[in-house]
Amino acid sequence: MSVHRNEASTAGQAPRTPAEQRWLEAEHQVLARLERRFPQDVVLGSRVVTRKLWIDIAREALLEVLRFLRDDPELRFEMLIELTCADFLKYPGHQGPRFALLYILYSFRCDAYVRLKVWLEEDDPRAPSATAVFAGAEWPEREVYDLYGIVFEGHPDLRRLLMPDDFTGHPLRKDYPLRGRGERDSFPVLTREES
Amino acid sequence: MPEIDELRRKVGLHAAELLELPDEEGVSARHMVMNFGPQHPATHGTLRLILELDGERIVRCVPECGYLHTGFEKLGEYRTWNQFVPLSDRTQYLSAMNNNIAYCIAVEDLLGLEVPPRGRAVRIIMAELGRIADHILCVGLQGMDLGAFTAMLWSFIERERAYDIFDVCSGGRLTVSYGRVGGVAFDVPIDFEARVKVFIEKVEETVADIEGLLSRNRIWCDRTVGIGVLSREDALACGCTGPVLRASGVPYDVRRVRPYLGYEELDFEVPTFTDGDVYARYLQRLAEIKESIKIIRQLIDNLPPGPVNALGKHVLPGKDLTYSSMEELIHHFELVMPGYGVRPPAGETYCANEVPTGEQGYYLISDGSGIPYRVRIRPPSFYHFAALPKMLQGAMIADVVAVLSSLHVIAGELDR
Repeated sequence: MSVHRNEASTAGQAPRTPAEQRWLEAEHQVLARLERRFPQDVVLGSRVVTRKLWIDIAREALLEVLRFLRDDPELRFEMLIELTCADFLKYPGHQGPRFALLYILYSFRCDAYVRLKVWLEEDDPRAPSATAVFAGAEWPEREVYDLYGIVFEGHPDLRRLLMPDDFTGHPLRKDYPLRGRGERDSFPVLTREES
Repeated sequence: MPEIDELRRKVGLHAAELLELPDEEGVSARHMVMNFGPQHPATHGTLRLILELDGERIVRCVPECGYLHTGFEKLGEYRTWNQFVPLSDRTQYLSAMNNNIAYCIAVEDLLGLEVPPRGRAVRIIMAELGRIADHILCVGLQGMDLGAFTAMLWSFIERERAYDIFDVCSGGRLTVSYGRVGGVAFDVPIDFEARVKVFIEKVEETVADIEGLLSRNRIWCDRTVGIGVLSREDALACGCTGPVLRASGVPYDVRRVRPYLGYEELDFEVPTFTDGDVYARYLQRLAEIKESIKIIRQLIDNLPPGPVNALGKHVLPGKDLTYSSMEELIHHFELVMPGYGVRPPAGETYCANEVPTGEQGYYLISDGSGIPYRVRIRPPSFYHFAALPKMLQGAMIADVVAVLSSLHVIAGELDR
């Protein structure tokens, strides 16, 4: 998988204050440690967008990277802050895989956030479940499955979370229309006699 | 076991699938599946729990959500950047002010826009007022759920006083829509400082009253001490933030870790408690109210002069200027026309903000047009509600309400 540079802009990337400089440096140190530990086909690339460092990780090695980040005595990224997804189907000028999973972790030891991105192809929207490493990933993964249709392998209970169980689409995908695909019209109607 | 099958049918398909009760030695016959919510007064919204009970003890708890799913994230992709502000009100609807500010900070991060000192100070005061109102209401509701109705009435009075201040500043009480990209909607009125000072004095009294009423109350302690314990490790692994995490002994506060708006210049503590039970979360909120009061005291007497908005490219000029100057009229026109307006450069950001329930983060992607490409809200309640089964393991049925209200899960934010 190649590195995807969909964010063409260079605006707003230089730190504005000494504190922002310090935070960005801490993130770069984490990246350096990741690159020392893992070969090039795991840490696919990195870029600074809006004064934050975003790291691309190969899907196959995701769990290994998460586990390393959590357990390494110098890193100790114990806190899973965020797990979400974005669909780049209609992003202007975007080349490459359609979905990007985003993992944000925080470490008290390094006082740093790490933002990992895992790119997924449209015809193979599967990713390993992070629940084995962070128990808190269970619900966010269910939500991503519900709204984007990404299948998390090894998830203990991968069901829809926000939408009804019998819903068919994945509403946050960019090719899903705002007003739905007629699901509203086919809602079962309860009459007064039945209720 | 026809009764159990009947019960399973009544609580819905989920429960039947989820709670495959063990059949050996007639254990299942003793267990009962109970549906709690989504329309139960103690759920404060539309939360649902499916409880498997052995007598009065909880064997298993399965939280369900989605009953208030509004599709804010999808709607955000069809609105301009400023049009999302009213939607952000409705996520954590008890602290709309904080959500507005959190969202605007994230957009400003994309734009690289600096808010002038007065705007920042007004935002901090508003955010802290919102925090006080939310925390004190949470403590009150906790009291109400456990039968201490007085605490709730007292705290509601304070919340109304805070909303009065929001009312004179923004014109709204609950859904204020006060934040704007680049600042706030209006400058504060002349009597703002006086109102805030009166408010914080009253709040201090009420907090002391509530403490006197509850903190050493025998019944209150029996119902809360040692109930719903969340260990430090569990809290971290589950992504808990805010008062819930700090009550478990982790001093994580976004205002300290990644200060925004100038919190780094203010003198305040990050209180923590180590027990991680319902009582610790109650004490945590009271302690945080006191810190918020401290923050407001530092700002209210020397509110910097000047504009509240980063006047220029991204902020609407005032009506007086629009009607009197050609350039401002063109500027106004360009900002409100579809396809123009606030247009952050292509890029993405994740901006965290400490709202009363915890860390609310906005993950925004801009493609350079006037419409957000992706608006993701990281809801703190979502992670807290998911962690609920850990706290209810082996608890009594009467503790469910105590634990749930101590987490302060807001359905609007949970389901978005």
